[in-house]
Order: sequence, then structure tokens, then C-alpha cells
Amino acid sequence: MKCQQCDRQATFHITELTGGKPQELHLCEECARVYLTQPNEEAPSGAAFVGALAQHLAVSQTAEELARLDRTACPVCGVTFYDFRNQGRLGCPHDYVGFSKELEPLILNIHGETEHCGKRPKRYDQGTDRLTDLIRLRREMQEAVDAEQYERASEIRDEIKAIQQSAGLP
Amino acid sequence: MSSKPPEEDFAALLSGLANTSGEWLRGSGPESDIVISSRIRLARNLADYPFISQASSADRQAVAKILRERIVDILAGKNVTYLDVAQLESLDRQFLVERQLISREHAESEGARGVLIDPQEQVSLMINEEDHLRVQVMHSGLDLQKAWEQVNVLDDLIEERVTFAFHDQLGYLTACPTNVGTGLRVSVMLHLPALVITRQIEKVLRSLQKISLAVRGLYGEGSQAMGDFYQISNQITLGRSEPDLLKQVGDVVPVLIDYERRAREFLVRESQQVLHDRVSRAYGILRTAQTISSEETMHLLSSVRMGVNLGLIGDLEIPKINELFIRTQPAHLQKMVGNELETADRNIERARYLRLYLNRKSSEHDAEGQN
Repeated sequence: MKCQQCDRQATFHITELTGGKPQELHLCEECARVYLTQPNEEAPSGAAFVGALAQHLAVSQTAEELARLDRTACPVCGVTFYDFRNQGRLGCPHDYVGFSKELEPLILNIHGETEHCGKRPKRYDQGTDRLTDLIRLRREMQEAVDAEQYERASEIRDEIKAIQQSAGLP
Repeated sequence: MSSKPPEEDFAALLSGLANTSGEWLRGSGPESDIVISSRIRLARNLADYPFISQASSADRQAVAKILRERIVDILAGKNVTYLDVAQLESLDRQFLVERQLISREHAESEGARGVLIDPQEQVSLMINEEDHLRVQVMHSGLDLQKAWEQVNVLDDLIEERVTFAFHDQLGYLTACPTNVGTGLRVSVMLHLPALVITRQIEKVLRSLQKISLAVRGLYGEGSQAMGDFYQISNQITLGRSEPDLLKQVGDVVPVLIDYERRAREFLVRESQQVLHDRVSRAYGILRTAQTISSEETMHLLSSVRMGVNLGLIGDLEIPKINELFIRTQPAHLQKMVGNELETADRNIERARYLRLYLNRKSSEHDAEGQN
């Protein structure tokens, strides 16, 4: 199928639901990018584009692979790949590590590059991924509180404090 | 900082803002006949908290508290004010959106969130928008380099007190992969009425999109630009240094200015009378209308603004017109009147305000001329 806006092959098939009755759009990647990044009052544009792109990249997988990938949850924040595809937003910094294989083609598609070459922080210039343990621990602490396992919750709180101290975080 | 808790100042601050036009509409700075403002923003997230979509309400509160306290501390003496956006009335939030101090998304989302702004309205630090922190500096006219330097210094200072999520290969990590890397968005707002009249704007915008620059209209719904204002910004944030991204946007601006100037010259040369008529009619409607929508006001003010720049209207100045662009926005009008108004009443009030403002301006000018 040809793109509705130019002569290239249409690889994005979008159903627009915002204008009253559903409207089918068949676009090539470039026109889809332009279309999806137009400011839209309902959906934040960047997120809409990323969601559609993630959807598209995931389509090339088999149904079982996709189903498995969709259920894969980040051990740190609990976000699933399905959530990400839906909302176009990641759940925590560790997602960039946990979903690196899935995100790499997406990032390459958006930026045409995969290596940062700008400013770096003075501390933690090799990365802050080990600090994401704190995200997981706070979540586990809350779960312990919710389950009325107060002893467990206080153990976790001590663990959080220890990590914060060793990392120089207040 | 004043000794009062910052949020107690907000009522005073907001009413103070209502009587000024804000940095980006000051109408000064290089190329300010065409370039309205230059804006730089950085997206940053704390390394040890989830991004907003997965943050619990306790997480959001913790992030807001940490960032607010550290930044207030860093900016002590700079007279910045913290506004607890979650506690503001919807009209006040809309007012801040119209002044570009917060985004529409920030105004309409839920949960703990805030913004720190300086009295000149150059700096705005949004907390818990799409990312934990958005550092923004806005300057009047074409002034990207200075705005970047200001943002960069702020970012360095804040980074001494907090740890931002960073990845060795991917750079600064953001909630949306479209901002990863530098987290930098470089934007320039341009007034391009002659390119619109001569129907060249579509061509220009298409060519910008080809070189990965994003274009959107100011206040526009969808892609329709209201008042012929267009915002040009970088789309790519990863794999290029901050100075490169600044250059990418900065290099294209003089070209656009040149196109717009040539289109204006063409109009003056080829259809001076039609142009003069169009501008004068626009001015006439603004001075006499009894009810007028926001869209029509923007449209007519755009013509008048170009008319002033081309010397076709002698008794108005650009900063005054810029002021009208913002003061005739819905939330600004309602703040001035002091209560909420339905659309029909707003349109009457807007026309009344325009008549008062523009007729006063010209009669004052005439009086001065006679002296």
C-alpha cells in the first residue's frame, strides 16, 4: 500500500479516533512522524509518536514473542512493555537498561544516533543505574506496609538509608 | 528569598504579573521585529525516583519537596517564587500557561507539582511535569547563546545538590525517549505574517521538517498557528552536543528572517496599497469592535504588528502590541476583570479593553505631537 501523502510504501496504519468517527490513515514512516508529532490537544505529541513507533517496531515480532514482551515488567518500577507502548512514557531510569534491546531501534529511529556526546555530570559520570535500587526498595517498603509487615518494612527502610549514605545522597 | 514561605507570595505575584507583559513579550533584543523570543529548556530526573508515570503520590511529593528545597536554597537572594501548581485555581494555572511559564500539560495534570519563577519571568523551573525537572530560560529577541549559558549554570548548580539519572552511553535519561541524551530543547518563536500572506509558509515549514526541526504554532490548536507565530525547535536530542543543537536551530533563524524580510519587501513593492489597506482595516476593527474573539484579535494584531514594523502605522510601538497579544488571552482578561467570564462576555470585555487601550494610546500620542 502506498502512503496517502507521498509515493513511498505505507508502513504505519493509524486509526484516528479523536475527530468524531474513526478515520483510517496509511502513511510512510516520515509522513507518520510529521503527522504524529503535530501538536494535539488530547495527546502529548512526543508520547503519541513514541507509542506508535514502539507499536510498529513490536509488530515485526511473532504474536507469542510480542505477548511475552508485553508482559515483561521492569523489576525496579514495575512498568510493563505494554504500558510503555500504550502511553509512550517509561516508568523509571532503569527501563533504559532493562528494555535496552527493545528501545535501541526506537531511539535510533527517533535520533539517528545511540551515543550521547553532550554534557556529563561531574559525579556519577559513568551512570546512575545502581541508584535505581532505591526505587525498588521504596516500592517494596510500601508493599510491606500495605501488607502490615512492619518489621520487614523497617528492615527495608534501614537498607534504603544505608544505600543513601554510601551513595552520598541526603 | 523573602522570609515568608514562598507560596504566600503567590497572590501578590500573580496580580503583579497581570500588569506586566513578561520577558518574552518585551519586544526588545536582536531581530525583535521578527524574532519574538528564544527559549532553552533542559529535562532532568532524579536518579533514585521513578519517572512520573510510575511515581506514587508519595514519590511525587518527595520529588517536589527535594527539588523545591534544594533549588530555593541555590537561588537564595534571587527572589524566586515557588507556586504550588496543584493548589492553584484553574484560572491561575491557565494564566501561567498563557505567559508560557508552565506548559498546558503541567496545568492540567494531577498530583504534587510546582513551578519556580523569577520576577523577570526569564527563568521557570517546572517540577513534576513530564520529567521531574524542566529548567527553562526565555529571552526576548534572538539570544540563544545567553539563554543557554544561563540554563547551563543553573543546571550545574542544581547538580551539585541532587543526582540526575544518567547513563554512560545514552546521557541524561528522560520519561520519553524523544528527550534522552542532552534533554535539550532549543526554541525560537518567530512572527512570519508576510510568509503567510504570500503563501510561502508551507514550503518553508516543510523544508524545516526535512532537516529534523519541529515547527508548531503559538497558542494554536492543532497545527494551525494563531497570529502567524511559529516556534522552531530541534527534534533530536541525542548524539549531538548542546552547542551543536544550539547551532542547528540558530543557523536556520537568520535564513527565516531573511525570507520574511524579503516577503515583506515584496508586499511593499508589489502591493503597497493593498497591504496598507489590510493593516489599516485591522487597526480600525481592533479600535472599534464591540465584541471580538481571541482568534480574530490575534489575527488582526498580527497584521497591525507587521504594519508598525513596516512604518505603515505611526502611533503604536511593538512592545505595546506584544502586550496586547497576551492581555487579550482568556485568562489574562478574566484576571484583569477580577472574575470568571463566559466566552460571550469575554468577547465583549476583550473588545472594550482593546478600544480603551488603542484609542487612549493614539490620543495620548496626538496630544504629545501637538505640544
